Amino acid sequence: MNYLDNFILIALPYLALAVFLIGSIYRYTNRKFQFSSLSSEFLEGRRLFYGSVPFHWGVLFVFCGHLLAFSIPKAILAWNSQPVRLMILEITGFIFGISMLVGLINLVIRRYTTPRLKSVTNYMDLAVYVLLILQTFVGLWIAYNFRWGSSWFSTILTPYLYSIFRLQPDTTAVVLLPWTVKLHIATAFTIIALIPFSRLVHMLVYPLNYLWRPYQQVMWNWNRKKVRSSQTPWSLQRPKNT
Amino acid sequence: MDVRSQVAMVFHLDKCIGCHTCSIACKNIWTDRKGAEYMWWNNVETKPGTGYPSKWEDQDIYKGGWEKRNGKIHLRGAGKRRGLVNIFYNPNLPVIDDYYEPFTYKYLDLIESPEGDDQPTARPVSLVTGKPIDIKMGPNWDDDLGGTPDYARHDPNMKNLSPEEQEVMFQLEKMAFFYLPRICNHCLNPACVASCPSGAIYKRGEDGVVLINQQVCRAWRMCVTACPYKKSYYNWYTGKSEKCILCYPRIEAGLAPACMHSCVGRIRYLGVLLYDASKIEQTASVDEKDLVKSQLDIILDPFDENVIRAAKENGIADSTIHAAQFSPVYKFVKKWGLALPLHPEFRTLPMLFYVPPLLPVMATVKKVDNKEQLDKMHPAAKKWNDNWLYDTSTEELWGSLDQIRFPLKYIASLFSAGDEEMIKDKWKKLMAVRIHRRRVTVGDVSNEKAEEVLRDAGINAETADAIYALTSLPKFEERFVIPAAHREQAIEMMDFTGDTKGDTGFGIKSQVKRGI
Ligand code: HEM
Ligand code: SF4
Ligand code: SF4
Repeated sequence: MNYLDNFILIALPYLALAVFLIGSIYRYTNRKFQFSSLSSEFLEGRRLFYGSVPFHWGVLFVFCGHLLAFSIPKAILAWNSQPVRLMILEITGFIFGISMLVGLINLVIRRYTTPRLKSVTNYMDLAVYVLLILQTFVGLWIAYNFRWGSSWFSTILTPYLYSIFRLQPDTTAVVLLPWTVKLHIATAFTIIALIPFSRLVHMLVYPLNYLWRPYQQVMWNWNRKKVRSSQTPWSLQRPKNT
Repeated sequence: MDVRSQVAMVFHLDKCIGCHTCSIACKNIWTDRKGAEYMWWNNVETKPGTGYPSKWEDQDIYKGGWEKRNGKIHLRGAGKRRGLVNIFYNPNLPVIDDYYEPFTYKYLDLIESPEGDDQPTARPVSLVTGKPIDIKMGPNWDDDLGGTPDYARHDPNMKNLSPEEQEVMFQLEKMAFFYLPRICNHCLNPACVASCPSGAIYKRGEDGVVLINQQVCRAWRMCVTACPYKKSYYNWYTGKSEKCILCYPRIEAGLAPACMHSCVGRIRYLGVLLYDASKIEQTASVDEKDLVKSQLDIILDPFDENVIRAAKENGIADSTIHAAQFSPVYKFVKKWGLALPLHPEFRTLPMLFYVPPLLPVMATVKKVDNKEQLDKMHPAAKKWNDNWLYDTSTEELWGSLDQIRFPLKYIASLFSAGDEEMIKDKWKKLMAVRIHRRRVTVGDVSNEKAEEVLRDAGINAETADAIYALTSLPKFEERFVIPAAHREQAIEMMDFTGDTKGDTGFGIKSQVKRGI
């Protein structure tokens, strides 16, 4: 059992993070054409709503929840010190988790019952669905059975994750957690490792920049104003166009 | 004044014969690929009709283009807030059924079927699923008014017509229609560019061609919604949007775009327009009734000294200014005032202009009582139970303009945001040219009448001859005045050839560093 624990809690995280980092950067710099959300709305534009919308809002909230517990554990604990606030946090988190699961199930049903979508479905889609459903289901199971997750995440998991990032993995507390939690950790890192090989890359390129760029974009192949002037030297900044 | 140059176009609708050669030329070069089969960057529609995709002009359905709210223009169905909130599911995205499901036929069955009593048939198969399908729609399902009850009667431009006027149109479905070839308009205020969250779409500074960078597109699919002309298409296979590129590789080499080069009716003209880029937003934000005028005002006179000076300051090449002076587009749009943008009320400032068609105009339909006539006919003869008279006599000079077969309102809703006087003005000119040329060639029109017509239309005989020459007799070089691309300068800028000359020599881009 100890070997398995070490693999799941130490080897897998480092492997997954390395694959994720190298893979994503490689794909972004060398396979940019393949960076896409691979929207299938064009082929099926009605049922997608009942899948994509609950799933994405759910996953965004749940992801941010994990991120907060990871980055500001003390604040979470302080918030949770009052039972009412703890309940609010846990219940909203659970609702968004359910929304994620419902959305996912709708997405799966939609994809495998629409003939047109067969032509844009591959095994990687299946792998992503299976992992996400497993992850969401186990997450909800843990939230329901081992209360209250938001508190013990901040006290047990956050230090463990910190220790991973500090390159001094400390698993003394985590190994004592039930196997469902270890499964949740294992699936999480598997999903992270899978990002560069699947359509999940789309979440890395969320178009935040849209908020502050001007609406219209004009691009010049080269700066003719400077070409015409005899005072400008040869070397100018290369136009960026990718 | 911020002078820029735009490669703009004019389509002369009277000359279009609806042969679809343009569409085929484009398809064969650019969109004969998986995921792009359904795309027709160039398509030709029959008007009245619902078009491609079905009812694309109805922005209550598709939410394309800009709308003016509180004095400012906003994207109707996309934009920063809407685009980012609706990114997981775009409620206004047209789906494949709004275009058509692409298909082919199992031709091999014709050859390889075993011998039998029946003729073998080639069954249609979907190019999406590969399975046999019942074809429900095609890119020109309503060509030449086919299936009028389902298509022409649902034309969004009929919305403002009275029931009586519509009745005239329905009467017309037996005899009058025209073709509307469409490509991307390479707009000055493109909604597609503004809607793209990842910033993949851009307008080229040098010639105004609007392009989608395939490396940056992430399939957020907002441009498909935002383009009111539905000229940005989603490739369902690659997960990237694509659109007309105005054959920029051809333009840069001095060739006409494929659709224009191949045009059988020779309806297409391409040339440079100089415009004032600092006024784009202001121009697109005026009241609807002033839109066409303000769009024409933004286009500058390439002979004006000040414009030329400002253009040179902006780095526009002499050859481009020269091309602008000879531009057939400038002549049609500004000098003669004959061409109008399609649906200016979408506020994207399209740079493709149309000479509104005169052909279905020059006759009237009158309601008459045919009963007496019908009674006289032999009982066995086939009788048409219609009480309309198709009248082509032109007794009065402009008589037919007021009671034409095609309600003015219909053409006005296409080309002038509803301004009927503007259409009338173009038609008068077109008609005056015809009457004047008839005087010259046939000679059965009196001089007084021809002069009166010309004066009324506000042109002189010389202009009429020039319009006639560029309409009917233009040579290739007169239809397409393509500015030199000056790629040699661009390459110098991109690759630092000057720097490498004394180092590795031309052609080698990387610096030589020993050992690395
Ligand atoms: C960062 C913000 C995100 C944005 C803007 C985004 C956007 C999108 C879009 C536009 C689609 C295509 C939907 C369509 O078919 O039209 C999509 C699909 C998908 N996204 Fe996201 N996404 C985000 C985050 C995530 C995350 C965090 C996950 C999971 C960990 C995820 C998992 C998926 C999956 C599995 C699909 C495929 C849905 C299907 O077609 O069955 N997304 N996303
Ligand atoms: S016609 Fe549509 S796709 Fe073309 S530039 Fe205008 S808004 Fe963009
Ligand atoms: S090739 Fe020319 S004439 Fe033929 S349909 Fe196209 S635009 Fe019209």
